[in-house]
Amino acid sequence: MMQHLPILQVIVPLLAAPLIALLRGREIAWLATFIVTGVTFVISLLLYHQVSESGARLVYEIGGWAAPLGIVYVIDAASALVLPIVTGIGFVVTLAARHLVTAEIDQRDHPLFFTAWVLTIAGMLGQVTTGDAFNIFVFLEISSLSAYALVAMGAGRDRRALPAAFNYLILGTVGATFYVIGLGLLYMLTGTLNLDDLAVRLADIEQTRAAYMAMAFIALGLFLKMALFPLHFWLVPAYSYAPSAVSALMAATATKVSVYVLVRLMFGVFGIGFVGISDGLGTVLLTLGIIGAFVGTLAAIVETDLKKLFAQSSIAQLGYMAIGIGIMTPAGLAAAFIHLFNHALMKGTLFLAIGVIGAQTGRATMRSIEGAGRQIPMTMTAILFGGLALIGVPLTAGFISKLYLIRALLESDLWILAGLTFVSSALALAYVWKIVEAAWLKPRPEGAPDLHETAIMWLPAWLLVIATIGFGIFASPLINGAVQAAAIFFGGQS
Amino acid sequence: MTSLFAQWNYFLVIILMMLGFYAVIARGNMVKKMVGLNIFQTSVFMLYISMGKVSNGTAPILTGDSSTVYSNPLPHVLILTAIVVGVATTAVGYALIIRIQESFGTIEDDEIIELMDDADAASEGPAS
Amino acid sequence: MQDDPVIRVIAKVLIPTMMLFALYVQFHGDYGPGGGFQAGVIFAAAFILNATVFGFNRGRHVWPARLNLMAITLGVLLYGGTGVATMVLGENFLSYNALSDDPIAGQHLGILLVEFGVGLTVAAVMVALFFAFAGRVSHVRLLNKTRAHEKAQAEAKGTAND
Repeated sequence: MMQHLPILQVIVPLLAAPLIALLRGREIAWLATFIVTGVTFVISLLLYHQVSESGARLVYEIGGWAAPLGIVYVIDAASALVLPIVTGIGFVVTLAARHLVTAEIDQRDHPLFFTAWVLTIAGMLGQVTTGDAFNIFVFLEISSLSAYALVAMGAGRDRRALPAAFNYLILGTVGATFYVIGLGLLYMLTGTLNLDDLAVRLADIEQTRAAYMAMAFIALGLFLKMALFPLHFWLVPAYSYAPSAVSALMAATATKVSVYVLVRLMFGVFGIGFVGISDGLGTVLLTLGIIGAFVGTLAAIVETDLKKLFAQSSIAQLGYMAIGIGIMTPAGLAAAFIHLFNHALMKGTLFLAIGVIGAQTGRATMRSIEGAGRQIPMTMTAILFGGLALIGVPLTAGFISKLYLIRALLESDLWILAGLTFVSSALALAYVWKIVEAAWLKPRPEGAPDLHETAIMWLPAWLLVIATIGFGIFASPLINGAVQAAAIFFGGQS
Repeated sequence: MTSLFAQWNYFLVIILMMLGFYAVIARGNMVKKMVGLNIFQTSVFMLYISMGKVSNGTAPILTGDSSTVYSNPLPHVLILTAIVVGVATTAVGYALIIRIQESFGTIEDDEIIELMDDADAASEGPAS
Repeated sequence: MQDDPVIRVIAKVLIPTMMLFALYVQFHGDYGPGGGFQAGVIFAAAFILNATVFGFNRGRHVWPARLNLMAITLGVLLYGGTGVATMVLGENFLSYNALSDDPIAGQHLGILLVEFGVGLTVAAVMVALFFAFAGRVSHVRLLNKTRAHEKAQAEAKGTAND
């Protein structure tokens, strides 16, 4: 059974999804989803354990066909690090989905909602697990198509979810199609789609114009998918008008998986020796990353809607990941992986906590949380901790990411960028303070609806808060994992 | 000149691709956007299928004759998958357009943006 | 369209032929061009033709929504189940060799099951898409009627109050 884990990671949710569609009644649909996400979480932990224990990469040949003829699923240090993020967040958010979805989605739609929910998780897991470039596209579309449907489900409460989902669909499809164009050029050049095989064959023919074009198309497609500035315009409406549970799931995982795929293709396939990577991509990522960090943070400061505020802040945080990748050193890539992990925890916390408010007031705005600190202390404290981690306050996971990112920048003598990174993350204090001020320092306005919370509401967010603080204090396993993950892309281990 | 003309299939693909992409970007009508998206995707399908053609190659069905030259079947299989994905995308897209028409009464981009801005202003209300 | 005898007669001849042809494409896929995707679409076209010629409701009656959802699920599970079966038999996911003592027979059986699953799901999804969009038309008509009715009632009230 253990040798089948890489495929089980993907097919358990993939095959469970249609079964959930057949279920009737919301409780059963939720319970089935909860069990499925729990099982995938356990599988990903077992995989992480196997890989970190042996240090080897697990290769699973589908249909018994070896690479490069067949499709293989590969678990190495990098994918083993990303899988638990996706499944773990999926598990915790599903726990919260019970009350969030009950509050926001029509009861008859629950089985189909959870079908799309499980499919989007399965798609993300597939993208991380597979070792075949075209398979990545298929899973990318599985997760995206279900995500469009999930975002559109927000229309029950706010009809603006529909145009948001439509724009997301258009841009998402354009991004995926760009990826396929790039892949077509690569296939014409090499005649293979297996990631490892591509890397080997590209080494012989690289530095041709067609290879540059392929790289540019793939990178651009994935920039769109990961919402890198200036291709981020789909993200804010899509995340803010989606149902709360969907916002939490997507904000914490969807863009992270695209970041991972970008790293996998750029470093794992083209390799650091490829001129387009070392010269072109690095500069592009550093420039767009730092601009994105400022644009996102400044937009978040002036925003009054909490979901939009934190969606804008996601743009900034993705900018930091882009900077980490753009440094083009093992330390930088490790910092990007650390931030990818920590940001998933923080954004999961924040969107789950906002969901508690949103489920009661419709939309969580600055006005609707005035004085809320005394009415729903656990929820607001979770938001506070998430915000502190976003700034990068010591003892939170956010501090570790910023520390490693700035250290990696300084190692490469990028002093100005290090300074700018520090300034932009300090600016995050402004929007977190805005929330603190509204929630604790202002009285609850007269006539405002009373907010309430129960343990089942705040528990999921607090699970992630505990994880955020836990990985802030006991960071060494994560750092080791990230350093190992980065090492495989720099020839540390084949 | 001959070498340029020999690759006419790629020029066709590029022309179609740009036509489709232009429609996606420049058209405000959502149905036209979807049509553009489909043309854009179809051009990529053509890119893959034309690359699979081996000159003088026959359809890749085993003839039993070892001297037969076959075309490459793999791009066809890939595109079969991509077509299915395209159909699904189109279906989701039109489903969204229908819902948008039902709740907004229009499928023009700019009119919807106006309606959304109004709703934004309404939901924020007067500053406290 | 229901009243046109030419269309009705031709449809009645065409629909079973299309279904038969779909089955041919499905099962001949082992030896020549064909397979689940193509067969599924042709099979679905028969249902769609039925519904366009004889009306939405009669089309729906032949193939109810719940049954359709089950067909979609069954197709996916047939595909996945074949893979799981090979895993249970001790080989990798979708290693058809495990399905029979003779590897070639195993490959035949495996691809037959998988393609049948594909065909079933594709056919059911195409039918589902058609009914989802076609059903929306009557839904929209109903919606417009209700709105017009409400408006008329409101106006009637307004005049009554005057």
